Amino acid sequence: MLTARRLGKRYGEKRALRRVDLELPRGGFLVVTGANGSGKTTLLRICVGLAQPTEGTIERAAERGRIGYLGHEPLVYRELTALENLELYGRLYRVAERRERIGMLLERFGLWEARHERVASYSRGMTQRLALSRVLLHEPELLVLDEPFNALDEAGAELLDAQLAELRGESTFVLATHDPARVVALASGRLALAS
Amino acid sequence: MNYVRDVGALTRKDLLLELRARDTLPAMLLFVAAVFVVFHFALPGEPSKLETTGLLWVAILFTALLGLGRAFVPEREQRTLDGLVLAPCDRSAIWLAKSLATLAFLAAAEVVALPLYALFFHHVGGATVAAVLLADLGICAVGTFLGAMAVATRARDLILPLLFLPLAIPIVVGAVGASVVHSPGRYLGFLALYDLLFAVVCWASFEFVVSE
Amino acid sequence: MNRSAATIEVVARTRIPLPVLAVASLVLVTTALAFVFFVAPNDANQGFSQRIFYFHVSIAITAYALFAGAAWKALRHLWKRDPRADLESYVFVHQGVIFGTLVLLTGSIWAKISWGRWWLWSSDQLVLFLVLFLFYCAYFMLRFSVDPGPQRANLSAVYALFGVVLIPVSFAAIRLAKDIIHPVVFTLKGPQFGGWILVTYCIAQVAVPVLAYTLYRLELSSKRLDIRLRDLREVLA
Repeated sequence: MLTARRLGKRYGEKRALRRVDLELPRGGFLVVTGANGSGKTTLLRICVGLAQPTEGTIERAAERGRIGYLGHEPLVYRELTALENLELYGRLYRVAERRERIGMLLERFGLWEARHERVASYSRGMTQRLALSRVLLHEPELLVLDEPFNALDEAGAELLDAQLAELRGESTFVLATHDPARVVALASGRLALAS
Repeated sequence: MNYVRDVGALTRKDLLLELRARDTLPAMLLFVAAVFVVFHFALPGEPSKLETTGLLWVAILFTALLGLGRAFVPEREQRTLDGLVLAPCDRSAIWLAKSLATLAFLAAAEVVALPLYALFFHHVGGATVAAVLLADLGICAVGTFLGAMAVATRARDLILPLLFLPLAIPIVVGAVGASVVHSPGRYLGFLALYDLLFAVVCWASFEFVVSE
Repeated sequence: MNRSAATIEVVARTRIPLPVLAVASLVLVTTALAFVFFVAPNDANQGFSQRIFYFHVSIAITAYALFAGAAWKALRHLWKRDPRADLESYVFVHQGVIFGTLVLLTGSIWAKISWGRWWLWSSDQLVLFLVLFLFYCAYFMLRFSVDPGPQRANLSAVYALFGVVLIPVSFAAIRLAKDIIHPVVFTLKGPQFGGWILVTYCIAQVAVPVLAYTLYRLELSSKRLDIRLRDLREVLA
């Protein structure tokens, strides 16, 4: 699914990523660890295609629209409601049976009651849960999650655990985290980045 | 067909965002009124139709700039541009939708600005209105495009006028020309040509502005 | 890093070497200056001081060519993903702005000589270069406001393409603008062409582009050296 050779990224004088090799087969689950500033976010953005490497190569077997990305920002519009956000993404990602799928995800992540309220009024945990709904909306082949547990409350974290366990094997995962113990059971591979 | 629906969904999103935030349109209206008053004091005496027409277009241009600077703010502050770029839709749909939404706001501001101008200065003719419509298309197409570029820089709001004004000069020529000359056809035609040419260039190259 | 070293070698092999260009420029520009000051006859109307025309026009045409070169390299960057094209496009724009500034300066001097004013709004060429000057200065503001990388290269390239579309559109606009009010008589006119005047003009027209290309290659190689140095420094770090 993902193959990277001698991947590096530099922003002018600053080096963000240095010589990374990775090989992720379909259905695999890669856990990426490293201290702050070690380049986890940069690596994930390159995996998804939001950034281009300055050295090395990366090959991705999933096409645009079959990838789900959860970054540090939830990537939802604060002035829109949960429903409006998911409707927009559902339309853009060509999700089949949009209404049903949105309803199902909102219900699963406990946001159904709040679906007509603006995201600006949500708690951080709720926003992150909406972000997860957005990521899973189009049933992506490749899921790239950047520290998804960070903003979640305990209930949300358990929901995410359940989702990961359910999708493990069907989808391919790249997950960056500070707390690898949580996902170590699911991992098929591990990549530790040094600063 | 997908493209049209994508643009529709994105335009709807942009219109909703502005209607809820309710900051850009009121600011543009207040700005244009204030600018007219400043013009009165800046040109003492009775300015001719030629002079005030020029002022009208300066006012429209800078009011538009005010709105254009705000266009990509939600995408920038909430990083939602990443979400849009990762979607399988054509990236130019993002530009087109944003331009259409900006056009709506600019037109709304002008619905107030033109009568105000007629009240303060001179009567507004049919040719001027036609020029306003054509000029708006160019302003929004190019301005939105440059707004997306500006948002990717460190300087952001500071750099948008610098990028926009040289490209807006032909619009000013066409618009002022159409507003004052006896046979405005040539100037309106020039505006239409500008709109077409730059819309095509923007449409074709927006892809590169938002992706690496 | 090895790639840039190999690239520099390949470039040196297939293009005219810089020292040859430098000598050619020196010879041509000196010849042009000699012809302009000693060989070409005085213009019937404007006398000795009108000679600045020879350089003004050739510099203007060179500047257009440089901006077109920038757009060409920009297209190569966006379309063919040529890794060297971004820097080449930038250097073309840089040289274009330098020569554009010279157009404004020589034009201004010529206006002062011909009409006693330092600026003429009625000179299409001069006004066009003013607009382009503003446009391409904004190019630098844009470029230096973004961190180096693929995004900066993309934004610069797109802007350079806009520039080349703007040139004819602005020219048409400036022409149209003059018809709004009564056309004014003040213009900058060259001499009647013929004989030595034509020869002098042609020499100048060849010398200036060669000089421009030499400066372009000079700046390009110096910038590439900077990049190579930075790569080496990083490997050693």
